Amino acid sequence: MKPVQVKFVLNGKEESLSVKPNATLLDMLRNEFRLTGTKKGCDRGDCGACTVQIDGNAVNSCLVLAPQITGKEITTIEGIGSPEKPHPVQQAFLEKDAIQCGYCIPGMIMCAKALLDENPNPSKQEIQSYISGNLCRCTGYLHQIDAIHAASKIGLKN
Amino acid sequence: MREFDYTRPNDLNGALQLLGNLREKAKVIAGGTDLLPLLREDILVPTHVVDISNLAELNFIREENGLIKIGGATKMRSIEKSKIVQHKIPMFADAAQLVGEIGVRNIATLGGNLVNASPAGDTAPPLLVLDASVTLRNSKIERTVRLENFFVHVKKTIVQPDEILTEVKIPIPPSASGGAFLRLAKRGGNIISIVSAAALVSLKNDVCKTVRIAMGSVAPTPIRIPNAEAILENSKPTETKIREAAEKIKQTIKPISDVRASDEYRSETGVTLVRRVLEEACKRAGARN
Repeated sequence: MKPVQVKFVLNGKEESLSVKPNATLLDMLRNEFRLTGTKKGCDRGDCGACTVQIDGNAVNSCLVLAPQITGKEITTIEGIGSPEKPHPVQQAFLEKDAIQCGYCIPGMIMCAKALLDENPNPSKQEIQSYISGNLCRCTGYLHQIDAIHAASKIGLKN
Repeated sequence: MREFDYTRPNDLNGALQLLGNLREKAKVIAGGTDLLPLLREDILVPTHVVDISNLAELNFIREENGLIKIGGATKMRSIEKSKIVQHKIPMFADAAQLVGEIGVRNIATLGGNLVNASPAGDTAPPLLVLDASVTLRNSKIERTVRLENFFVHVKKTIVQPDEILTEVKIPIPPSASGGAFLRLAKRGGNIISIVSAAALVSLKNDVCKTVRIAMGSVAPTPIRIPNAEAILENSKPTETKIREAAEKIKQTIKPISDVRASDEYRSETGVTLVRRVLEEACKRAGARN
């Protein structure tokens, strides 16, 4: 198995490293870059916990082979906000009590961010449909839908 | 996941040459949304993976000579957002939107959904009623096959190890026609269909001229239901006739019982789904009752 050199942009920074072809993007992010905010739930594209943005689009990172991301731009939960300056979606999740155990939250927030990047004023129905691949076993989704809706009202300018 | 070598050819010819040499040892990856779970569970154990996801030659949606042509590696998300697809074959835009969920549709491809040949694949029933064809190419020749002759069995198609599905050709239905696709599943998104149905109806003087019905998850492959179609052809699409046609599917389908539903449930709900897609298709075709 020949290792493959991958060059890509990760959270705004150019990266280049040698990966095993059978590594997923999810495993590379967690194991090579220690970006463990991106969670491994089902590891088969059913739960959405591993959602990241690839060139702005929400994608399940467990369904992508690491070598496939050459030339692409990856954004993870670590790349969108900090405890001091959370992303508006992160802030809204805090304010609306949208988090219980937290495992699905990074994926849910990345999916919500991709939605608002694409459509700054979604209806609650559109939000519900957009996050249908992000499973949450705690909350029942209502607070999260409220939070994403609230974030859209604040806007993503800051 | 077992070990394999990864290659990303620069163009389609490069990919076809490689497949011609490696044949059964290689697997093509486009979106990877069906392939990766199969690799992870060692159901497929290729020594090479050939990545065609970035080939521009396989990524397009265009209208040409009464056909909508969609490249094999075109993403589901591009299809659902395409103005051409939305205007010319709205039923297919609806179906594309129901595949997986956003994080899947942003990478999953049309060619992949067809080649994966799941009995529950959501793009197949609408493409069957639209009478779509697929183009398959190896390094030497190209062949075009009607989708009806494409699926062989569960997860089996006529695609040879050295071939790539390069294009799907969809005839634009005539103006007085309407199509609909519906599926039954346990939740709205990211779930495998329990049963699905598509219909295309074209009318002339309030009489059905063309009637095509196809279903998913009721047989080893997605199928057309000709005996149900025959009930409506050359008839006015009255409520009674539509019910009669829908009931007729029971003679053709061979549903199984599995974790998602029993065969009886699939059969009963299948009748209802077919009735509803026929009603909707007739409405969209401009039927006046």
